[in-house]
Amino acid sequence: MAKAKANQKVHPLEELIRTERLPHIWCSGCGVGTVFSACLAAIQETGIDHKKFSMVSGIGCSGRGAGYVKLDSFHTTHGRSIPFATGIKMANPSLNVIVFSGDGDLFAIGGNHFIHAARRNMDITVICINNFIYGMTGGQVAATTPHMDRSATTPYGNPEMPFNLPLMAYASGATYVARWTMIHSRDLTDSFVEAINHRGFSFIEVLSPCPINYGRRNKIKSLDMLKLFADNTIIKNNADPAELDIDFKKGVVLGKFVDIDKPTPDENYEKVCMMR
Amino acid sequence: MSKVLAITGAGAMSEGMRQINPDVVPAFPITPSTQVIEDFSQFVADGKVDTEMITVESEHSAMSACIGAAAAGGRVMTATSSAGMALMWEMLYIASSMRQPVVMTLINRALSAPINIHADHSDSMGARDAGWIQLYAENNQEAYDNLIMAPKIAEKMDVRLPVMVCMDGFIISHCVQTMQLEDDDKVKKFIGGFESTYPVLDTENPSTWGALDLQDYYIEHKRAQHIAMKNAKDAIKKVSEEFADIFGRKYELFESYRIDDAERVIIAINSVCGEIKEVIDERREAGDKVGLLKIRSFRPFPYEEIAAALERVKIVTVLDRSESMGAYGPLFTEIRTALFDAPEKPMVYNRIFGLGGRELFMSDIHDIFEENKTYLETGKVEKMFDYLKVRGG
Repeated sequence: MAKAKANQKVHPLEELIRTERLPHIWCSGCGVGTVFSACLAAIQETGIDHKKFSMVSGIGCSGRGAGYVKLDSFHTTHGRSIPFATGIKMANPSLNVIVFSGDGDLFAIGGNHFIHAARRNMDITVICINNFIYGMTGGQVAATTPHMDRSATTPYGNPEMPFNLPLMAYASGATYVARWTMIHSRDLTDSFVEAINHRGFSFIEVLSPCPINYGRRNKIKSLDMLKLFADNTIIKNNADPAELDIDFKKGVVLGKFVDIDKPTPDENYEKVCMMR
Repeated sequence: MSKVLAITGAGAMSEGMRQINPDVVPAFPITPSTQVIEDFSQFVADGKVDTEMITVESEHSAMSACIGAAAAGGRVMTATSSAGMALMWEMLYIASSMRQPVVMTLINRALSAPINIHADHSDSMGARDAGWIQLYAENNQEAYDNLIMAPKIAEKMDVRLPVMVCMDGFIISHCVQTMQLEDDDKVKKFIGGFESTYPVLDTENPSTWGALDLQDYYIEHKRAQHIAMKNAKDAIKKVSEEFADIFGRKYELFESYRIDDAERVIIAINSVCGEIKEVIDERREAGDKVGLLKIRSFRPFPYEEIAAALERVKIVTVLDRSESMGAYGPLFTEIRTALFDAPEKPMVYNRIFGLGGRELFMSDIHDIFEENKTYLETGKVEKMFDYLKVRGG
């Protein structure tokens, strides 16, 4: 692509964006773009050579991330972003592999892969944009839709209970676990930097609005959702993962919950399986 | 009351499902089949059906739950597309091998990669050996009619096979067309009650499903499926006749459009046939003897019937909307097999078109008829296999 002219203003993340793919598909009021730019800002902030990054996305609105980022990237099939990322990391352990995906992709159709990658402490960074719904296909109930919330497939309320994602990550063996909302973009960027630098399986849940397919059905206007994120959240680092259920009436806990050191699969592989 | 209404293809399928009132519908959303289940879940929520709806976590689970519910003795339906059905693949075979008469709407969409959401037949053609009956439709009326007939075909005691009711993604699934929605009671009466075979919930007579079956009996079970699929051909004909008696619309295993005195014929599947008919009408006005053979039942495939229909035809262009890399298109392969034993074989050749939703316009179809005219005049098929409307071709 042609270099920007000297007097032309350049977007600070231009180096990392395939501008020819713009405009993006995210709806107005959607939070994916904010999380995406926080992720790119974190990549820049680490100071690591861009060639040492790879981004993997699954299916869904956030899945478009892999198409917009100017890195080696993969837009995979539904639910399989973590196995792809695992393959990339095992083939080239020097890469920083970021999975940029959504709650539907990572925790419903791909849930099995998540728990096993966490169990192995695969050295990858998993960013989950949780908008409580299957946004792209039109707002069907997801494994993260709060109990009794409405969706296209539960018009009178969701009879099921949602996952507590940080608890699942912790219980499965993740060694870095955090939760933020998309309006906490500074904390989010800092958390992404930490996660990228963390050796082992890092998981960051980012709560994000889907005004079209979640907000509309649940009578939460775009700005009100952001207000909920601002007013009904509590930052409590090292909180007990069992107490992280999402209930905005009680207040949703944000922060860094887990940051521990455990060997990664390639270290263990080296120790156990290599010929001596 | 029967009524004419303007509705999308996907909407038509959910209306059909409402009338059929299945016992269980397990489903997972995937574009462009999503609306079928979305509308249907509203019917469930509004109490318009008695269905147990399960919003599962993947298509693999959806088809697994379909099989479980059918084995338990229920009438079961679902809907999917493309990668969704690809994820069901393992279970597609289980459904047909366990002889569960599940009915699935398949809104045809291209398979990844690269990811694409538009119409082609790579999903259903890939599953052509999975032991499912496959019915295709040109428009939403035909898709709805196929859906209404599907449980009756699937549940015939000498068939007991699952049915895939296919239509083109977006072109039919998302476009509003007018169609005749039949009276609820009339449809229910036509379909009748569900009769279960060896239900697992019948605890007085315990049965085991899918248990280990090696060299001793596996091949007999496969042959039984083959025979059931052969029986399905008669079942489709018979159910279509009953349907015509009650609802007035006649269907065969395939549709012959202005084929009786035609010299040059296109054979195709699904929505493109509508445009082909328009072109044929235009050319017929000018005295050009052209026709269309539109496939409705791809599995079972009506070999003898097609050979007989093409008896007096001189040249056949087979349009495939899917690829079998390294081979001819799947429809072409069947058509040429059908023609092998015919005493007078027409010239026949294959064109691939419309992968990933690329449109074939009426002018393109005129071009096809011009090309096969030249082939017929020169007596030589210049190119046996080619792509239509492709860059670098």
